[in-house]
Amino acid sequence: MKNKMVTAAEAVSAIKDGDMIAVGGFLGTGSPEILMDALVAQGTKHLTVIANDGGLNEENAPTNGKLKGIAKLLANHQIDHLIASHIGVNPEINRQIAAGTLTYELFPQGTLAEKLRAAGAGLGGVLTPVGLGTPMEQDWLGNEKPIVEVDGVKYLLEKPLKPKFALVRADYCDKYGNFTMLKATKNFNHVMAMAAEHTLLASEKVYEIGEKDADEYQFSGVYVEKIVEGEKPWEI
Amino acid sequence: MGDLKARIAKRAAQEFHDGDVVNLGIGLPTMCTSYLPEGVDIILQSENGFTGLSGKAEPGKEDYRVIDSGGNWVTYAPYANFFGSEESFSIIRGGHVDATVLGAMQVDQDGNLANWIIPGKAVAGMGGAMDLVCGAKEVIIAMMHTQKGNHKIMKKCTLPLTAEKVVDKIVTEMGVMEWVDGKLTLTEIYEDYTVDQIKEATEAEFAVAEDLKVLPAE
Repeated sequence: MKNKMVTAAEAVSAIKDGDMIAVGGFLGTGSPEILMDALVAQGTKHLTVIANDGGLNEENAPTNGKLKGIAKLLANHQIDHLIASHIGVNPEINRQIAAGTLTYELFPQGTLAEKLRAAGAGLGGVLTPVGLGTPMEQDWLGNEKPIVEVDGVKYLLEKPLKPKFALVRADYCDKYGNFTMLKATKNFNHVMAMAAEHTLLASEKVYEIGEKDADEYQFSGVYVEKIVEGEKPWEI
Repeated sequence: MGDLKARIAKRAAQEFHDGDVVNLGIGLPTMCTSYLPEGVDIILQSENGFTGLSGKAEPGKEDYRVIDSGGNWVTYAPYANFFGSEESFSIIRGGHVDATVLGAMQVDQDGNLANWIIPGKAVAGMGGAMDLVCGAKEVIIAMMHTQKGNHKIMKKCTLPLTAEKVVDKIVTEMGVMEWVDGKLTLTEIYEDYTVDQIKEATEAEFAVAEDLKVLPAE
C-alpha cells in the first residue's frame, strides 16, 4: 500500500505562495491545528483561503487566549483573499479589510458547502434559490451570476469551487486515509476533502489498516493524499 | 426591556407544534426554549452540524467537539444526530426544518427580510441566515418593534435583503403581525398598547384584523 504518512511540515511543503487552500472547521471546532501551525512555520504568503469563518482568536472566548483554525494564518498575514460565510467573529478580518490588505468573498453557508461538493462530485455548478433578490446575485467583483429557470422556478447558478489543497481534521483514520470525524467537528471537512486537488488529513489517531473494522470509518480515504498524526483535543 | 424580550420569546414559542424541527437564531430567539407550551417537544437544529441540540454545557463538562452555531459549548439530546455542513444545509434548504425564529434589522410589508448587513459598517456575513429563511417552512421574526426609535417594519426594506418574500409572522412586544390574503395584518395586540401606538411604531401599511386578539400584558 502506498505510504501516505508524513509529518505536518512535509504535508504543507507543497503549498506555495498564492495557492488556494480550503481549511475545515467551524469557529475553530474541527480545524486541523497541526497543519495550521506548520503552515505558519513555513510562512507561505498571498494565500486564498476558503473557510466557513475566521476561526477564533484571543479576543473571543472560549480559546483560553489561543488562536484556532485560520485565525493563525490571519494573525501571521498569510491570507490575501478570504472566501467564507461569516467573518464577524474574528475581528482581525475586518481590521485587515479596513487596512486594505485582505479582500473577501461571502457566500451563504449552504451555498459554500454545495460549491465545494459540486467541485468534488464533478458537477458543473449548483442551482439554489438562496440569494435571489439579494446582493448574492452578483459576485464579489460586481458581475451578475446567471439565473436559471427550471419548470417556472428561478434559481441562482453557483459555480463549483475547487481549491488546490484541502486541510482537514479527523478524530481517527487508518493508514489508507479512511476517516471519521466525531460530533460537530465534521462541518466543512468532508466537502473540502472531496473538492481539493490534494487533501491533507490531520488526525488525532491513526490506526493500521484492518485494525478497526472498515465500517468504523465514515468517509473514504480515496480523497486523502497525505496523513499527519498528532491532532490534540482542545483544552477548555 | 428584559421582560419585553421574554414576552416576545414566550409568544413566538406558541408557534411550535410537538415534534417540530426548529432552528433558533442567536439572542432573543434562543429564549423560546424556556417557554415551550405544555406537551410540546421540539427538535433543535444547529446549522453547524446536528439535530438534537439540548442546552448550554455546564462549566467543566464541555465537550470540545460540540459547539452551537454561535460557538458556545452545548450539550445534545439522546436522539441527536451529527452531520457535515452539506447535509445540515440540505436539511435546511430541503424543507426539513419546520420553523425558524430569527431577529431582523428590517422586515417590510411584502415579507422581505434584511438582517445581515449594514452598508458602511464592519461586515459580519450572512452565515446560514439566507439558507434558513429560504428553506424553513415557517419564518418567524421575533424582535423589538423599533430600534432606538427607528422603524424596523417598513414599507420597503432600505437595507440589502437576506431574502425576498419569506417572512410568515412578526412577533414584537406590541403584538403579532402576519399576512392575511397577502396583506400585512395586525392579528394580536398586547393590552398595554393601542393600535395607534403600533401605527406610529410601524412604517409599513397594515390592516387590523376584525377579530383582533388582545393579549394580557403579564
